[in-house]
Amino acid sequence: MRIEEHPVRQFDRGEKVSFFYNGQKMEGYSSETIAAALHAAGVRRLGHSPELHRPRGLFCAIGNCSSCFMTVNGEPNVRICVTRLEDGMRVEEQQGKGAVPT
Amino acid sequence: MLISTGIPTKEDLQGVTPPAQRRAKGPVAMAECFQKIPCNPCAASCPVKAIHIGEDINECPTIDFDLCTGCGTCLTKCPGLAIFIVDESHSDTTALVRLPFEYLPLPEAGQYAMGLDRAGGELGWFKVARVIRGNSRNLTHTICLEVPRELSMEVRNIREGGYRNG
Amino acid sequence: MIRDAEILVVGGGPAGLCAAQAAAEMGAKVLVLERDYAPGGQLVKQTHKFFGSEKQHAGERGFQIGEDLLKEIQASPNVEIMSETTVLGCYEDGVVTALRGDKHLKFRPQRLIITTGAAEKFLAFPGNDLPGVYGAGAVQTLMNVAGIKPAERVLMVGSGNIGLIVSYQLKQAGVEIAAIVEAAPRIGGYLVHASKIRRAGIPILTGWTVKEVLGAEQVEGAVICQLDEKFQQIPGTEKRVECDAICLAVGLTPLTELCWQAGCEMKFVRELSGHVPVVDDKLETTRPGIYAAGDVTGIEEASSAMVEGRIAGYSAAESLGRSPEAAAKGREEAQADLRQLRAGPTGGKINAGIEKMKQEGGTVHVNLYGYSH
Repeated sequence: MRIEEHPVRQFDRGEKVSFFYNGQKMEGYSSETIAAALHAAGVRRLGHSPELHRPRGLFCAIGNCSSCFMTVNGEPNVRICVTRLEDGMRVEEQQGKGAVPT
Repeated sequence: MLISTGIPTKEDLQGVTPPAQRRAKGPVAMAECFQKIPCNPCAASCPVKAIHIGEDINECPTIDFDLCTGCGTCLTKCPGLAIFIVDESHSDTTALVRLPFEYLPLPEAGQYAMGLDRAGGELGWFKVARVIRGNSRNLTHTICLEVPRELSMEVRNIREGGYRNG
Repeated sequence: MIRDAEILVVGGGPAGLCAAQAAAEMGAKVLVLERDYAPGGQLVKQTHKFFGSEKQHAGERGFQIGEDLLKEIQASPNVEIMSETTVLGCYEDGVVTALRGDKHLKFRPQRLIITTGAAEKFLAFPGNDLPGVYGAGAVQTLMNVAGIKPAERVLMVGSGNIGLIVSYQLKQAGVEIAAIVEAAPRIGGYLVHASKIRRAGIPILTGWTVKEVLGAEQVEGAVICQLDEKFQQIPGTEKRVECDAICLAVGLTPLTELCWQAGCEMKFVRELSGHVPVVDDKLETTRPGIYAAGDVTGIEEASSAMVEGRIAGYSAAESLGRSPEAAAKGREEAQADLRQLRAGPTGGKINAGIEKMKQEGGTVHVNLYGYSH
């Protein structure tokens, strides 16, 4: 959920853009990360661990860990917590460890 | 114990409470700052130099209650939001407590807010006498609350939201 | 192509920006490499007022300090900041490599200042990998940078300054805090922070920890339990906590990969929260010409990181013969500021850690074949 009024901060979110999450059209803002847009839309489960298939979510949000890996525009293992949202982006839950796109 | 609960004890407060005589004369500051941490904006900001920390900024502040005018500058400068202004000269039965506030929504003057003690416990609905908004950079607001005189040393917060009109 | 640089700073957080500013003031040309979209490090999400004295911008909020620092630096003709640039390595010949987009860049700096900061620690308990278990810093990023409410009701684990401050900030964002659990018998952070959230009605439970997370797909609650004086769980003390998120504020650890890889002597110092590079009073590592400042040299407040940055910046400029007298004076002033910041009980632990770091022996090197002692 987005914070509309905050006692200390004001949020300049930039332009509204649309993107696809597992094929489903969603809206976010150009100045935010993919992780922020998904969270605002209520999506907390970002993928599954490759071995035990445990659900995975956001942990560090600054690009240190690997908890938020997703497939973005066909490229696997993208840290969506430090990748800005772009209009028309295809964001997908990753299956397995991901392969280098050919 | 303050160190295990975050709630200052009577003994902690004893050393920083302005004497009753002084409180009865008019507004005076009280710094509920009990731990040596490197910090001195209260002393640096005091326009009448009533707050002393000294060379070692880790020392706890001491307030010269006779010099203090209760202006409230330190209240909005303290990074720990640990300074309160108490004025027991307000009326025979009531006192004004000024406290720092950084939540939304802000109450309006004339509304009633739930007053809370140092443990967040409810003390009752008290009239907001005045709201002094922090400037766009400081952003710490000051709430002036009219409380029964015997609660002037107890009320230290208000619950954000749910304000009542009368 | 290899680009020459007089001073290269790795990391545009509080330490890096202050290092760049100090060196630039002395006339040195500085290039700052920052992996994020914009410099500022974690200052950008600090909405609370900082402690310290006026020199450390006390009373200003962290994000405001970051904005001001950046403005000053951007006005300096001697500093260039390259964002979205991740440093990959530092080699024997002094060449530093970096990735910017899909471009591989190489730099040959005369001096290198490593200000790579820290990462959040994790805690072992069943269910700690479920969505809804966040680092406290992640929650700060979500609510204070992106403006997104991370949850409705949070269990905070850890009562250090981060745990206390983030609890306060969650409440400011309209999120409820079920409780703060602290394994130790004492609150770890500043008591003014603790009192501030206590009087807002948030319970601080010392001697308690999180036992497990409830939920299969995401956090749907938690079980907390009491600990004895040996930090062992006391059976029968379990309590169920309603929450949809758990925040871990169990400390930070220095991000030292680059120091290791550059071949700096490293030492494990518990008081400094992990392996740290061995540095002298000028913050020069054991590899001549490479300096380190900020959390990478040991976990401390951002105020100290900024002062350390100044020390490293002045020292690097001084060693290059850039206004050496003024630089030495600036460094000495910064060293005095740091002593002042660390003069109290909280600084005592850091001072003890620095003593250990400087003692002979106990250092660890990395070579091509692995660790050697």
